[in-house]
Amino acid sequence: MKRQGASGQSPLLGIAMFAPAVLYIVLLIGVPFALAVLYAFSDARIGSTSFHLVGLENFRSILQSPSFRKALRNSIVFTLCAQAIVIVCSNILSIALEKPFRGRGFVRFLILLPWVAPVSLGTIGWKWILDSIYSVITWVLVTLHLFKPFNTPMWLGEPHLAMASVILVHCWRLIPFSTVIMLAGRSAISKEIPEAAAIDGAGFWRTTFQINLPMMTPILSVAVLFGIIFTFTDMTVVYILTAGGPYDSTQTLPSLAFATGIAGSDLAAGAAISLFLVPVLVLVAYGMLRLARRAEVV
Amino acid sequence: MAVVETRNLTKIFKAGELGAVNDVSLVTEEGEFLVFLGPSGSGKTTLLRMIAGLETPSSGEILIGGRVVNDLSPRERRIAMVFQSYALYPHLTVYKNIAFPLKAQGVPKAEHRPKVEWAAGLLGIGRLLDRKPRELSGGERQRVALARAIVREPAVFLLDEPLSNLDAKLRASAREELERFHESVRTTTIYVTHDQVEAMAMGDRIVVMNFGEVRQIGTPAEVYDEPADTFVATFLGSPPMNLVEKDDLIVGFRPEHFFPVTVLAGRAAVPEHLLPHDREGPYVPLGLRVTHEEYLGAERVVYGLIEGGPFQGKKVISRMPSTLVAHYAPDTVHAFAVTERQLKFYDRATGRRTATRLAPGAWR
Repeated sequence: MKRQGASGQSPLLGIAMFAPAVLYIVLLIGVPFALAVLYAFSDARIGSTSFHLVGLENFRSILQSPSFRKALRNSIVFTLCAQAIVIVCSNILSIALEKPFRGRGFVRFLILLPWVAPVSLGTIGWKWILDSIYSVITWVLVTLHLFKPFNTPMWLGEPHLAMASVILVHCWRLIPFSTVIMLAGRSAISKEIPEAAAIDGAGFWRTTFQINLPMMTPILSVAVLFGIIFTFTDMTVVYILTAGGPYDSTQTLPSLAFATGIAGSDLAAGAAISLFLVPVLVLVAYGMLRLARRAEVV
Repeated sequence: MAVVETRNLTKIFKAGELGAVNDVSLVTEEGEFLVFLGPSGSGKTTLLRMIAGLETPSSGEILIGGRVVNDLSPRERRIAMVFQSYALYPHLTVYKNIAFPLKAQGVPKAEHRPKVEWAAGLLGIGRLLDRKPRELSGGERQRVALARAIVREPAVFLLDEPLSNLDAKLRASAREELERFHESVRTTTIYVTHDQVEAMAMGDRIVVMNFGEVRQIGTPAEVYDEPADTFVATFLGSPPMNLVEKDDLIVGFRPEHFFPVTVLAGRAAVPEHLLPHDREGPYVPLGLRVTHEEYLGAERVVYGLIEGGPFQGKKVISRMPSTLVAHYAPDTVHAFAVTERQLKFYDRATGRRTATRLAPGAWR
């Protein structure tokens, strides 16, 4: 039989169909990445046409910079704390939202809202909530007489509070996403399994930690890996809330790269800083690919 | 071991709607194998789940071993349950699956291995202990589920259609195995199924349910031979009991009691052991206009309409051993009959069994 259609004219059509995806990846991911690598080994600066390769000079100097070390540490602390809080909270939420109750659909919708709102707008909202003068949180605390009106906490002005605020906003943003993933994972567990556990004599904690959570591990890992990518590479929240301040106390790798490379005109150093994100992201990507391949279906 | 009792047990899922289980009162016997049989939606699984403690009754009481257990959690009821899907813990090995109830109930760790090995040995799955459930066949999974149920030596076993996920061949052997298993442990067992063959083969007694109500409780012979109402009469038996109506009465007879007159009257030359054993006594002749015939190897099923008499045109079925050599061509009329003793009478309004009415004129 003579084969017709797609397979007959395949080379050209196939290339045509495939090209947009390849172009997209090459132009928007491949080229910038290659440029970043190139810049990282050069002395490129904004506003200067001189370009020399300088080897590892950029890396040497940023590794010695206290700002960089602080940013690296912040990035790690910030990602780990946010992920820990997100996982615990979204787990509790998913348990609460699993059982049917009146208005569950509406509550689910409300919980999902932070995820659908643009990050920048949400963060600007938070900036007002945490403002040094107009903060609604401060107002509540003062009204409750927990603080004196002229001695209120500066949410974004004190290093530890600022870090906590950034983590809080990140949690606010990621919890919906994580909750939805967990709900999906939970509903994929046959109802009979927790019931069997109940009959076998397991209480709430044993069922949660020995049955439900282990069964949700694959999907839980997906939530964690996505969460790491979102938090580790994000600079919007830091940039809008604190711009890395006070005294670099909330600076993360992406925001430092931006501050150095774009705002500070030192393209080469910015590129070098951003390259430090790569090993972490490669590890995460590897983890995700492994999970996807293994995806244990029961 | 313990006796399970329900008193006026009712479960209503949605106010204003008919209950899933309505006013069910029953008592098992010590060590009995009791089967809940009914079509889907008959409330049999809901009833079982209430006994297990997975559903809260709307009203009524559940007693296990003479103690009201309504307010006890499943773990406090000393029951074990095997689910339709087996509900094995997929992330645990067979060993850990079986040991889970021991762990959950705080049995000292040193006792786990001997108990697990005892349960696994009883079900012949000792060599599978290191596997995960997904590496097991359907029959093996079912045995693991049973081992997990038996390991804590429960007072009562609850089985929810445990064979329905197996293929037909495996089901027969698994059924036999379950029966042997019950023989050896003699624990009171409640078994839910919609399969009448399973119910007849395994049950010491059968509880026939429909629309959340118990229609009849009895031994397999009782529910089959003396169905309490038209539902039981037609639900059990394949093909079902013939039911023909006249006035306020429904007359029923089993297809295997509906024979050619020649056979019943002893005029046909048929070897004695092939004849219905209960054929003595007066019989009721009925003409049968054959519509079609099925040859099923061991037996022959003849479908037709009654010809003449008060039941003219009613659909009936005859089932006879295929060793009775005969051929029933479509649209031919034959003289058939049923022994009077085999007639059951039901009230047409309620469907319940009524007194036998054989007086001429009462229905003929």
